[in-house]
Amino acid sequence: MTAIIGQASLLLAFTLALWGIIAPFLYSRTRNQLLFTSIRIGILGQFIFVTLAAASLIYALVTTDFSIKYVALNTTRGTPIYYRVTGLWGALEGSLLLWEWILIIFSALVAWIYKDRHRELMPWVLMIFSIVSAFFLAVIAFASNPFESVFPIPADGGGLNPLLEDANMLTHPPLLYTGFVGLTVPYAFAMAALIHGKLDAAWIITIRRWTIIAWFFLSMGNLVGAWWSYHVLGWGGYWAWDPVENAAFMPWLPATAFLHSIQVQERRPMLKVWNLSLIIIAFSLTIFGTFLTRSGILSSIHAFSSGPVGSLFLAFLAFILLGSFGLLAYRADQLKGQPVLDSPVSRESAFLLNNVVLMSALFTIFLGTIFPLLSEAVVGVQVSVGAPYFNSVTVPLFLLLVFLMGVGPMIAWRKASWDNLRRNFLWPCVASLMVALVLFIWRVQSFLPLLGFTLSAFVAFTILFDTTILVRARRRIAGEGYLRALLTLVRKNQRRYGGLVVHLGVVLIIMGIGTSMSYSVEREATLQRGQDLSVGRYRVRFDGLKGSQQPTHFRVEGAFRVFNNGHDLGTLTPALKFFPNQKSPIGRAVHRSTFSEDLYLILSGFSEIEQNQVTLKILVRPLVSWIWVGGFVMALGTLVAILPFRRFSSHES
Amino acid sequence: MPWRRLTVTVLAIMLLIGLLAYGFTRDPRYIDSPLIGRPAPLFTLTLFDGKNVRLQDLRGKVVFLNFWASWCPPCRAEAKDLEANWQSFKDQDIVFLGINIQDKEPNAIEYINEFGITFPNGRDATGRIAVDYGVWGIPETFFIDTEGRITYKHVGSLGWPTITAKLHEAQRSLVSASEGRGSYQPIR
Repeated sequence: MTAIIGQASLLLAFTLALWGIIAPFLYSRTRNQLLFTSIRIGILGQFIFVTLAAASLIYALVTTDFSIKYVALNTTRGTPIYYRVTGLWGALEGSLLLWEWILIIFSALVAWIYKDRHRELMPWVLMIFSIVSAFFLAVIAFASNPFESVFPIPADGGGLNPLLEDANMLTHPPLLYTGFVGLTVPYAFAMAALIHGKLDAAWIITIRRWTIIAWFFLSMGNLVGAWWSYHVLGWGGYWAWDPVENAAFMPWLPATAFLHSIQVQERRPMLKVWNLSLIIIAFSLTIFGTFLTRSGILSSIHAFSSGPVGSLFLAFLAFILLGSFGLLAYRADQLKGQPVLDSPVSRESAFLLNNVVLMSALFTIFLGTIFPLLSEAVVGVQVSVGAPYFNSVTVPLFLLLVFLMGVGPMIAWRKASWDNLRRNFLWPCVASLMVALVLFIWRVQSFLPLLGFTLSAFVAFTILFDTTILVRARRRIAGEGYLRALLTLVRKNQRRYGGLVVHLGVVLIIMGIGTSMSYSVEREATLQRGQDLSVGRYRVRFDGLKGSQQPTHFRVEGAFRVFNNGHDLGTLTPALKFFPNQKSPIGRAVHRSTFSEDLYLILSGFSEIEQNQVTLKILVRPLVSWIWVGGFVMALGTLVAILPFRRFSSHES
Repeated sequence: MPWRRLTVTVLAIMLLIGLLAYGFTRDPRYIDSPLIGRPAPLFTLTLFDGKNVRLQDLRGKVVFLNFWASWCPPCRAEAKDLEANWQSFKDQDIVFLGINIQDKEPNAIEYINEFGITFPNGRDATGRIAVDYGVWGIPETFFIDTEGRITYKHVGSLGWPTITAKLHEAQRSLVSASEGRGSYQPIR
């Protein structure tokens, strides 16, 4: 019954999506208001039916309705309730349904929020949503159906992939999907404007807001993914340049570039084609990422089992790219701007450079990701490029980006005068050089980390310096206290200060990544009970092994007593989990985090013959926690930028 | 000139899509063996007749090492050619050795009888030898020269001409540049 409701809802939603594609054309001919209303109602209907389908699948998962193949494959009677719910996105079919669900929520939101605005654009905006929605619904209903039945009905199910049994299963995939899908909104507006030919600036503000929202979810989704990898996968890392990690990161780059270059377009009639291209690229990359994960053309930890879905996504990607860029090329004459920079030393050019760097990073990451394909197609040999390539090409680019984060927000628009430069940058330069000197004398002597720290300090100093000057000025003029003055400043210019806080977050993340990459120490040894292993200040003593039966798996846990310079820090218990239908055990690393460094223990193995003999790997990774702190700061900054504080403020300007 | 712009755009996009589509024709998990040109991992194999064979005892002879299972169609496809080659090469200091993996012993013995296989065969019950050789699918065949070095690896089923050619190369210690693939794809 559940399956029938689900399947029927999908088909009804699909029909409505088809109507959503046809109706705008009819409307543009006839201008019949009834048609316009029908488009909006169609979106609402899709929303209701897709929600019904998703709810059916969740219901089937929760009630372990094993007559549905998807449920039988992805849950068991022993699965706790929240992993049954997260089973919705635990495998291919369900994850596509989640995607579609989020998409249609966004569409309904857009239809509702702009019920009176963007009157000419809305039919086309909703049409783009319907196209994407129709595609996903077609894939779900006809090619990869989560409601497919199974007969005979199995007594128990297969269960979620054990790697997915983690609290982050509740956060990482939905956050990332929301980020991915969120990019459909600016894309829909951009396409609508191109189709309609109304290429003025009115929709730019709209696009910018939605891009910030998508960008926020994308950032958080990636960071939570890194955090998950760090504490679950048990290899001590948070980023592996795996093709699918890249796929999740790549849309972030053009989205970030867009958020900067759109500020140029807001002030000057330039970069119109460029900005539209960024939006199209960002959206296409989300489809590309989905294609990559669902096609199995590159091997990856994140890959879903492949099927006909891969080729469907490729066809859709081709359609999107051809349609969008074709239309853009067709309209390009109407988008001619004024491609003149007043001066190479200006905020415009800083933002342009920022765009160039971000897109270079995108290009190199894209190239590295598809390199195995490229090399096999061209020279016939499959060559993968790994972390060394990505690190060596992206690190310099990201360092340049950090530098620009310091310069961009402070340098003057149009043309920076010598005076402007001196006032904003002299002291931050001096201060960060002092920091460099101190670090060098202390112990940071290799070039890249030193440069990274110096540039990070530079960004922090520019922000601190600029804010201090303005707060002081306000204090003098308005007679406010320091905190009050700061709050007024932020409220009067939310976007700017939100952005600056985000920059601080990025600086923290870059500091965390740079340091933990450059200064990690690791040791591995086989220990008998009572023996110990030392790394740096830490000494870790092995106190014995313990096995226990858990609801879904058998767990072997090692007890390790940790001492820091002789201080007893208690016991850490890394474990290996043995799942019945998995060949090799899954590690559960443990770590002890402080703001200065993480101690990370991995139980690599234990002897089956000799009792109480284990192989232990210890990593000491400095400043890793700052990556997560940085993520938090970024989130805070985004909120500062988009929350409507002003409405509640008396300082309306 | 929107037409020129359009053409360029379309061409660039089709190139990318073409490359991605090409991805469907290949298997990303397929990795060239690093073993070619390297010493063959040593092993002791217990044959179906109970005798033991140690690889290091076969120094000075060319070894033809074939991994198979009774349930694997490409193995069946090549079985007759293997036996026929063995018949023509067995007097030339060449040893054929079949290693049965991922299989049940009765089925394996039935298979040997079915194809009238006379060269020595044994079972790698733990899969240890297969792991040492990085066996990825079956059948896989390794050619080992008189110095105990792997000269060639073949994934998938073998035909008569390839076996003959590669055995001659192994006799002269000629190392192939890369591994080969059979017309019959292997089964994972």
